[in-house]
Amino acid sequence: MKLLIIAGPPSAGKTTVARQIIKQYLPDTRICYLKIDVVRAFEDIELAEEFHIPTKKVYSGDVCPDHVGILVLSDAITWAEQEKADILIVESAGLCLRCSPFLTQSLGIVVVSAIAGIHTPFKMSAMLGLSDIAVVTHTDLISQAEKEVFRERICEVNNSLDIIETNAIQGTGLRYLFRAIENQEPVQDPGSITLLGAPPLGVCTICVGKREIGWQNHFGMIRSLDNPDFSFRGD
Amino acid sequence: MQLQEIVEITILPGITRDGKPEGFDRIVISPGDTLSIVGPTGSGKSAFISDIEMFAHHDTVTKRTILVNGTYPPEHFIRNPAQKPVALITQNTKCLSDLTVQEFLGMHVRSRKMDETGVINRTIILANEFTGEKITASARMTSLSGGQTRSLMIADAILISDAPIVLLDEVENAGIFKEKVISCLKNHRKSLIFVTHDPLISLLSGRRIVMKNGGVDRILEPGDEEREAIAWVTRTDETLCQMREMIRAGELIRSVSCG
Repeated sequence: MKLLIIAGPPSAGKTTVARQIIKQYLPDTRICYLKIDVVRAFEDIELAEEFHIPTKKVYSGDVCPDHVGILVLSDAITWAEQEKADILIVESAGLCLRCSPFLTQSLGIVVVSAIAGIHTPFKMSAMLGLSDIAVVTHTDLISQAEKEVFRERICEVNNSLDIIETNAIQGTGLRYLFRAIENQEPVQDPGSITLLGAPPLGVCTICVGKREIGWQNHFGMIRSLDNPDFSFRGD
Repeated sequence: MQLQEIVEITILPGITRDGKPEGFDRIVISPGDTLSIVGPTGSGKSAFISDIEMFAHHDTVTKRTILVNGTYPPEHFIRNPAQKPVALITQNTKCLSDLTVQEFLGMHVRSRKMDETGVINRTIILANEFTGEKITASARMTSLSGGQTRSLMIADAILISDAPIVLLDEVENAGIFKEKVISCLKNHRKSLIFVTHDPLISLLSGRRIVMKNGGVDRILEPGDEEREAIAWVTRTDETLCQMREMIRAGELIRSVSCG
């Protein structure tokens, strides 16, 4: 079974890209789809209805969706294997863009909208840095010049990234994504899959619901406005 | 393969929406050629230029194949926009970057690793030849009108992208001097492919590709046959352009001088 991890900002077109992948490989391939989101998501129901494939979703609620993704992933692989899937697609909300949910033994696909602005590749550098492929969507809505600049900026963040420009709704240009999926090695040993990069430190009193503002009121990793160095306070 | 060596593009037939083969053998486009893609909405015009833009290789819904100099081009040629020989000017005339014209062009020039000297200025000067509304270097891209943006994008495609093949999707909608654009692109030896509903642009093109039901239905090469119509449409278009500028300037139009 091949494992595809799709991540990117909201409304970048992650599900549209997933839909194109599913369309391309059905009916000869068994595909399972897992959506990880925060409070509400409908993609699992839509894709199950449209393509009659096994889907699941996980709500992360108060916890970072990428953390939850990591927690549930080994179960998800077991589920997809029980479903005899050839491909498991995991779509993650990826909200703060500091995380990079990409794993070993899988194909990391980051989806980014070209209309998000030309500085976006820099803001998403954690995600772009560890993915295998960047699918740039909405390229039909920007000029040639902007397309070139956007591409150049992605290359500045990660020069080895395979960049695919597409109008994902039409599926233009996705042939290179399909080729990468076809060349992707299946998962060899699910037990040894790890994250490619370390997630940011997220353990603090804000995480557990303490709502006062100001570092003086918190424990864990804290910093003031003018001192860029974090310090640890607490037990 | 270098850009300078581009001689011609060949379009090999695909299928119509009903799966029937298209009724042509091949369409060859050489530098300086002009083609119009015409036909009703939904007849497959945009898919036709999209095939050219992405160098379809029997892998799009239309199943067409596009060759460069008779062979299928190498991948970097297709995928790297800085090396791609095709520039597409879309119907969309919005620019998303909130930068000045100068900064925007500068960014494009740098991403192409070109020598910056003078090219930004020359691009702005050229863009001003295509529009009646003056574009300045310090104007913000987001405040330009549709016509100004499109003029700038065409000038950018000629001087900065310097692509030998320019695809223009319904260029007439943006209020620019069409005839000037066409003659300028021809002077730069660009191959021009227009998707259009505009009589002037269609008649000024060397060939007209008529689309129907997702496929090429006919290829017309009018030659001299439409000479009379071209003369009339050119005069009428000039009159309409003058009128448009007068209306914009708040003048009353008391007489019409149209042959």
